[in-house]
Amino acid sequence: MTKEEKYNLAIYAMKHALRNGADQAGVSLSNSISNSLEVRNKQTDMLEQANQVNLTIRLFVNNKYSAHSTNRLNKKDLKRFIEEAVSGTKFLSEDLFRSLPDPGLYFSGEKSDLKTRDAYFERVTPEEKIRLAFEAESEAINKDPRIISVTAGYYDSLNERVLVTSNGFRGDTANSYYGLNTSVSVNGGESRPESYWSENSVFFNSLKTQGIGQKALQRALKKIGQRKIASGRMPMIVENRQVSRIFRPVLSALNGSSIQQKNSFLIDKKGEKVFSDKLSVTDDPFLISGMASCHFDNEGIAAERRNIIENGVLNFYYIDTYYGKKLNMPPTTGNHTNLIFKSGNKNLQELISGVTKGILVTAFNGGNCNGSTGDFSYGIEGFLIERGEPVHPVSEMNITGNMAELWSGVVETGNDMNENSAWIVPSVLFDNVDFSGL
Amino acid sequence: METTRRDFIKTGSTFAAGKLLLPGIQISPGHISIPSAVKSYLTRFEVTTEMLQKIIDAAMSKGGDYADLFFEDRRANSLGLEDGKVNRAYSDIGFGVGIRVLKGDQTGFAYSETVHPDDMLQAAGLAANIAGSPENNKQRDATDIRIPADYYNIKKRWGDISAGDKVPFVQKMNDKIFLLDEKVIKVNAFLNDETSHILFYNSDGLLTCDYRPMVSFGAVCIMQKDGKIENSYSARSFREGYEWLSEDLVSEIAGEVVDRTSILFEAIRPQAGEMPVVMGAGSSGILLHEAIGHTFEADFNRKGTSIFSDKLGKKIAADFVDIVDDGTLMNNRGSINIDDEGNETQKTYLVKNGILNSYIHDRISAAHYGVRPTGNGRRQSFRYVPLPRMRATYMENGPHTKDEIIMSVKNGIYVDNFSNGEVKIGAGDFTFFVKSGYLIENGRLTRPVKDINIIGNGPQALSDITMVANDYLIDNSTWTCGKDGQSVPVTCGLPTVLVKKLTVGGSV
Repeated sequence: MTKEEKYNLAIYAMKHALRNGADQAGVSLSNSISNSLEVRNKQTDMLEQANQVNLTIRLFVNNKYSAHSTNRLNKKDLKRFIEEAVSGTKFLSEDLFRSLPDPGLYFSGEKSDLKTRDAYFERVTPEEKIRLAFEAESEAINKDPRIISVTAGYYDSLNERVLVTSNGFRGDTANSYYGLNTSVSVNGGESRPESYWSENSVFFNSLKTQGIGQKALQRALKKIGQRKIASGRMPMIVENRQVSRIFRPVLSALNGSSIQQKNSFLIDKKGEKVFSDKLSVTDDPFLISGMASCHFDNEGIAAERRNIIENGVLNFYYIDTYYGKKLNMPPTTGNHTNLIFKSGNKNLQELISGVTKGILVTAFNGGNCNGSTGDFSYGIEGFLIERGEPVHPVSEMNITGNMAELWSGVVETGNDMNENSAWIVPSVLFDNVDFSGL
Repeated sequence: METTRRDFIKTGSTFAAGKLLLPGIQISPGHISIPSAVKSYLTRFEVTTEMLQKIIDAAMSKGGDYADLFFEDRRANSLGLEDGKVNRAYSDIGFGVGIRVLKGDQTGFAYSETVHPDDMLQAAGLAANIAGSPENNKQRDATDIRIPADYYNIKKRWGDISAGDKVPFVQKMNDKIFLLDEKVIKVNAFLNDETSHILFYNSDGLLTCDYRPMVSFGAVCIMQKDGKIENSYSARSFREGYEWLSEDLVSEIAGEVVDRTSILFEAIRPQAGEMPVVMGAGSSGILLHEAIGHTFEADFNRKGTSIFSDKLGKKIAADFVDIVDDGTLMNNRGSINIDDEGNETQKTYLVKNGILNSYIHDRISAAHYGVRPTGNGRRQSFRYVPLPRMRATYMENGPHTKDEIIMSVKNGIYVDNFSNGEVKIGAGDFTFFVKSGYLIENGRLTRPVKDINIIGNGPQALSDITMVANDYLIDNSTWTCGKDGQSVPVTCGLPTVLVKKLTVGGSV
């Protein structure tokens, strides 16, 4: 579907809703193409191709609200779908806080190129994709007698979307994405440790293709001999790629819905110093080739660069139109984009060198966080550090504590920014973390 | 209500046992007399048996060993309540056909979101590419039409029910919860229903269909006391029709969520470390799902990456441990009439008398191991390939009693309310997050505990099960299992069980 065809169909759907009794409507229409493949034992194990369309319509009918999505886009099916959606909405209770955004907040004007769409996407050949996966596999396969299984995978996708609203917004986005990964499983006697490494990119030509299989193998081998140690309170370093797991509850506590529904441990904390001085986080939608870069959010509200946390002070809540009205706060945005942590001065090795006794966490295993209180408990694996050196791999242990206290205990952040995702995060050293083990 | 439900399930599971109501009807091509049940599916997806065969031929054109077509028409509806009113509704339609080709252990897969012949043939051509050679020696078998057994048996289909018929139940849930406890400050209630129509055809000539209803009803309750805020969740989910909704059900869920939230204000975090853990009957089945269920999935074992890869036929638990993965429990959320590869569902003993009896198979792994499929090939939708997945996973009754088990523990914890779990397949380390439970001190339940992760090692935990009670219970909450980016509905169950030693999160 071309962009023009998407706009035409989205506007058609919106007008059909308005004709059938909706007071306002917003339509998002997207299509995504994706390819994925897996190789194993030097042959292709799996080849998948997908081409998906989706239309989502938000309806505002007599102060009542509903949202509906479908992939059946021929006009006959679509018309009936919308008519049924509008009439079904009438059974709901009124919700006076529901409306489209104030048009004054919409993004308008010239879009600078954020470089989120690879023009080369359609030209990457299937042979090239398979070759990359085989190369990643070959970095690991037969490289150690303890290897049980090596699987390498390639993935790409192209997502194109238009967004229209009945009070005047028109906008479109296009994002490409490439990923290459390897997982290796090795014989560790009683256990069969497994590790995984991946590289991701918005552009095919900037995808790192070297070292993936090798890293996965090395990481799996290092896990052989994992054992737990005695429970204790000690420093914790969390490797850069894993930090998102324990930062997500903080971000979730900043959402308008969590705050209004009393499911946030950061209610009424805006403007206060709640975290360590060493923690500064920016939400930057304008990062060139960022994985979450965009000029507007899911409602069409113009994106802005925001200091979420500055030297430990909480500066920002994510408030969409609906929860803005419920909370009587001005709407900001309901979506986070690229989250960038302020980097420190040391790399991971230097962070480890500074720890007398502690644990380097390289993966989490289950666990959860109580949104209302911030109380968390997660399973972990990683390495025991003694006198600045990793001593042996650990597993089958938990960390337990409270999110506000954990992030107050940041001693320093590293300079090893992981640029493989929309969250650009370094490794982080925390003090006084409760580990349970033997 | 819980007791009635259990008995019902047990009755359902013994008489049906995965048998088809009609034996396979062998019909030669060209003389197909199609039962009306199947005919309505052909009409729904605008296809004829000739067209199905044409797509299969295209899928097999590059030398595949096997191909299948999975047509799906799924409609989901959701009603939500926030701040006292049922003020939001969502719906989703997913329609299309997944086309899969197998060549040995290799898979080619593509899907089409329309049933236009050109689109379906194009997808078939893409999936065909997994096989490299143009030869196709596969002879089509006679068409074998199967009407599966019905483990759902509902009266009022969700497709015939309007939002207006459902709204009052969601409103009552809110009102009931507020009535039960003055500490309640917020309620989020929901009612989700889903209906899938599935038509399946494969290169062996098997033509079959399934109609799958699902309903989930529940609430999050948020309470405030002395400036502290706590929340909890309760829900029920079944393959049931509209007739399942009742005032009693509202009361059951409302009462449970209020009790679960209220107790959190008294709860503490236990001392961290290794200790005996008593798993309460019902939702503690999460232990089986995480500690052994995933590691029994044969795709991992076929690749040698599971910690149980070399344990088939070996003793892995005490004699009194029998563990089942069952797709035949009447109206259960994890039940399926056929799996998503057209295989009949069954009750599969994973562990019998403590011996590893069977892995959890899809078609690929069953062929790899030379065994019959166990009916565990499941997929999130037509957009995904089937994988070996669990259904209802539970342990059968053992020789002990709940009281005996609790009394046997000097210092430990009792757990019976969970939110999530996870496992590392190769290392066997599994975890589950305990929303609430109790300390056990000198054989008695004492203070409530909350928000702690428990971690253990699968084979070790299984052999550390030293007592199993006689109070088996299936938990009918909204369990959803994730694997390789695909979610499928499941359930789990357990009698009260003692695990000698697990590592419990907590304060140091």
